[in-house]
Amino acid sequence: MDLASIYRAEYGRCVATLTRLLGDINLAEEAVQDAFTTALQKWQTLPPNPGAWIVTTARNRAVDRLRRESTREARHAQALLLHHQDDPQEVGPVKDDQLRLIFTCCHPALAPDARTALTLRLIGGLEVPEIARAYLVQEATIAQRIVRAKKKIRDAGIPYRVPAEHELPDRLPPVLTVLYLMFNEGYASTAGELIDADLCAEAIRLARELAALMPDEPEVLGLLALLLLTEARRPARLDPAGGLVLLADQDRSLWNRALIAEGHDLVRRCLRRNRPGPYQIQAAINAVHTDGAATDWPQVLALYDQLLALAPTPVVALNRAVAVAEVHGPAVALAALEDVDLPGYHRLPATRAELLARLGRHEAAAAAYDQATALATNETERAFLEARRAELTQTWSPT
Amino acid sequence: MRQYLLSVHFVEGAPAPSDEEMQTMFRETDRINDELQAAGAWVFAGGLTSPDSATVVRIENGNPTMSDGPFVETKEHIAGFWVIKCADLDQALTWAEKCAAVCGPIEVRPFDDLSQA
Repeated sequence: MDLASIYRAEYGRCVATLTRLLGDINLAEEAVQDAFTTALQKWQTLPPNPGAWIVTTARNRAVDRLRRESTREARHAQALLLHHQDDPQEVGPVKDDQLRLIFTCCHPALAPDARTALTLRLIGGLEVPEIARAYLVQEATIAQRIVRAKKKIRDAGIPYRVPAEHELPDRLPPVLTVLYLMFNEGYASTAGELIDADLCAEAIRLARELAALMPDEPEVLGLLALLLLTEARRPARLDPAGGLVLLADQDRSLWNRALIAEGHDLVRRCLRRNRPGPYQIQAAINAVHTDGAATDWPQVLALYDQLLALAPTPVVALNRAVAVAEVHGPAVALAALEDVDLPGYHRLPATRAELLARLGRHEAAAAAYDQATALATNETERAFLEARRAELTQTWSPT
Repeated sequence: MRQYLLSVHFVEGAPAPSDEEMQTMFRETDRINDELQAAGAWVFAGGLTSPDSATVVRIENGNPTMSDGPFVETKEHIAGFWVIKCADLDQALTWAEKCAAVCGPIEVRPFDDLSQA
């Protein structure tokens, strides 16, 4: 019996349901932790429904504990529990509770950093040291972010509910952003090892849960498809020596066919709904990349044009320029980058460098590579950029 | 029910609104007040005179002393505020949106537990 994996899978669901029953996140966490401690002592074999066992035990433990205490939270929680007493279905975790808690954790009134940390802690069930490791931030900083966010939720009265349909345009994007950033941090870590597979897996698990909870939101499906299609290429992204491999040079036989099939299927389901959004378009771009033996660049460019119209950000403009280079050549792409400004982001000078190199402007390319190397924070990416620059000097030597 | 302070801020040196703009602002503010009252969310609201009319009172060595205000020397000052009551932050934010459309950025700040009782 693997209690650790049950803990990971059930923790968030149980905390979510207990938060509704007790009206307080801290009390809910304590009760669920108590219940897992009891499980560790009592479980000889796995109960048929571990989540239900934990919720019931946590609820009973909470009642015992609240009877002994008389703080305001305790009285409030007791009143709530009493109110729910004759509600017969509440034996196990309730799916909607988790959705409520996700929206609470990603409320726009919380600082973006806090949203991610809180989501990983409460929904993902990750411990503070794990979150700190993933983001290379001090444990105390993460702990403080979480404590502060929970205090604001309580003091400011951030509600514990799924937003109404008309609120979703404002409230869903922060949730998707948290999952997207979580995956990205795992896929292209800002420091340390390039890829943190656990963080990617956690982001995908949460995106899957969100898609199961909101199957009619095409952007939710789009995000899941984007993550799956990106994850599918991970096995080919590094060579055996740990060096970065560009998409065009990747060994496609290493790609995960099952994830690609699932991603393509989701993209098709999105397209049928005809309510395009940024995540769906990015998923479609990745579907093109993973379709057939080589990328259909004119189609990718058409999708980037659509994405740029919908989300005119410098990062989209930068990615679009890569497609422009494949369709119209490096000179046109370089011109398209002229007005793009992304201070501190190494990928802008790195892309310029590639385009300049292709145009044979080696001196300018070398300077751009140097600029990119100075900005890159990840060792693998720095090594890659230095290697590209070295390839230049084989055919051209600086004066 | 929780209570929230919705404060309006005035930035020193920002261009002063025209008379016409002021009239619109007053009219729109009245409309929001009516709406708050109809919804049962209104507690109190008011506009303040400029900070140079403020006086600071403090006790020094047991004696009250007075000085020309304001208390904090900043470029931003509270120009007015609402106190509203509603179920949760989302409702307070919805009211704040309406206020912000008329009066500029609004800070939403919850009252503490003792004040809610």
